[in-house]
Amino acid sequence: MVKLTTRIGGLTLANPVMPASGTFGPELAEVMDLNRLGALVTKSVTPEARLGNALPRLAETENGLLNSIGIPGKGLEAFIAKAMPEWRRFSAPLVVSLSAPSVAAFARAAALLAATPGVAAIEANISCPNLEEDGRAFAMLPETAAAAVAAVRAASALPLWVKLSPNTADIAAVARACEAAGAEALVVANTILGLAIDIETARPKLGAGMGGFSGPAFKPIALRLVWQCAQAVGIPIIGVGGISTAEDAVEFMMAGATAVQVGTASFVQPTAMLDVLDGLVAFCARRGITDVAQLVGMALPARERLAAE
Amino acid sequence: MDTAPSGFAIAQVACPVLESAPVGGRYHRLVVAAPGLAARTRPGQFCHLLCRDAGGNGPYLRRPMSVWRIGADGTLGFLLHVKGRGTAALARLRAGDTLDVVGPLGVGFSLPPGARRVLVLARGVGLATLAPLVGSGPQVHAVLSARVPEDLMAAEFGADTFDAVYDSDGTSAPDQVEALLRRRFETARPDAVFTCGSNRLFLLLQRLAAEYGIPGQVALEQQMGCGLGMCFCCVRDIRDEDGHVTHQRVCREGPVFDLQRALAW
Repeated sequence: MVKLTTRIGGLTLANPVMPASGTFGPELAEVMDLNRLGALVTKSVTPEARLGNALPRLAETENGLLNSIGIPGKGLEAFIAKAMPEWRRFSAPLVVSLSAPSVAAFARAAALLAATPGVAAIEANISCPNLEEDGRAFAMLPETAAAAVAAVRAASALPLWVKLSPNTADIAAVARACEAAGAEALVVANTILGLAIDIETARPKLGAGMGGFSGPAFKPIALRLVWQCAQAVGIPIIGVGGISTAEDAVEFMMAGATAVQVGTASFVQPTAMLDVLDGLVAFCARRGITDVAQLVGMALPARERLAAE
Repeated sequence: MDTAPSGFAIAQVACPVLESAPVGGRYHRLVVAAPGLAARTRPGQFCHLLCRDAGGNGPYLRRPMSVWRIGADGTLGFLLHVKGRGTAALARLRAGDTLDVVGPLGVGFSLPPGARRVLVLARGVGLATLAPLVGSGPQVHAVLSARVPEDLMAAEFGADTFDAVYDSDGTSAPDQVEALLRRRFETARPDAVFTCGSNRLFLLLQRLAAEYGIPGQVALEQQMGCGLGMCFCCVRDIRDEDGHVTHQRVCREGPVFDLQRALAW
């Protein structure tokens, strides 16, 4: 038996595998049992209704994809009224990804979620590159990241996860600023800005121009970001970016992630999350690891010797 | 093998390829063994195919593909226009290889109760989506439009009766197709009409069906990411019940939409 229960701040999950925001929905329950997951993570909800970006919203690359969906949705109030009853059908803890265009809007939205039954945690999406002009987001700078996190922290007592962006000069500084502002965990990381051009039309392949790059080709970058953040903060890190297999998940945990999110892989293999979970158990069993938490940070420099002993 | 876990409507199945053959110069036919999927698939639904040849070569993402044949013998057929990396990889599959299929997906056609006679209007490989209507109950008359006679694939469609129109002889021009449809509506009025494959023909059928008061549906195509309704990549403009234009997911609310509610693309 391998112990899988995973503590993320004040929240205890049955296992460390969950979906990445934006690549998941209740629709997946038609393919697999969602209650086997450690948590459920919604698409980002915004206070206001949004139409989303111009089409095409997706461009395939060699081993990954660019997206610029633009967070379409009916807004937070409609989410609470219409989507929450559907999410409450599941027993796995529900993490609501929240995005907002201003610090004040983050605070108001967090207060509304805090008053909504069935929300286990907030994942503050301060990093979505599609939101602001030229891809700018709160997560680019420690100061703006901290301001958004502090506002959510003050408005809600719910466990607060903060999703960081690769699109920053110093991820460790942003991570430390978020920890100081009250984040209980960091989700590392969102998609990295990228571009694809249709050479016949000489136009970007995505309707919105730039987009977020995800998938297996992005994995080494996300893994490096987790590694850097794990050495910068004391709060748990949830690793995300290009994870398709259990071996990928093990790498992220060895780099310092306490849990992992699977995103783009679910588009290709709808049950990828369960494959990752089953494979993680098999890996631990094969290596004589009795608690999956033992993997966390095994490869970090300071712990190298410990792991070898 | 194709035994879906009980209780799940959608399955990922490794299907043995039974047939793989070119059709004319530009199309390809794939037939796979998929008893469980075939039993659950309804006309107009699609599957999400992993486009990898026997060597594993092919694009990263799956490709949505209409189901062209739903065999009573537990087979599923796909008719593809070979035009990109995904369809080229599929065309390289041979009998005995394996095709990874996720399905059945989306909302298929719905026939009005008691429909005895329907008309379908198809352009090119759009006929693949409409073909499962043949044998689903009503008598099917097809109007098939193609660039040249070699591309027509009337046998692949298998309608009870059909008219063929071509770009090469000018018979596919909108005014000619309109005259043909009007004659048909007046001499053998269908109980419902269906179309797929051409924006121009969709607009024509939408206008004529409204004029004659005939209900209808259109099957739309769109680039997809997940095929399951999660990524919101495949939206199209569709009018809701109040007439407001909304974004609806082709993979989830579609691919079949009411003929009068869909907007041109």
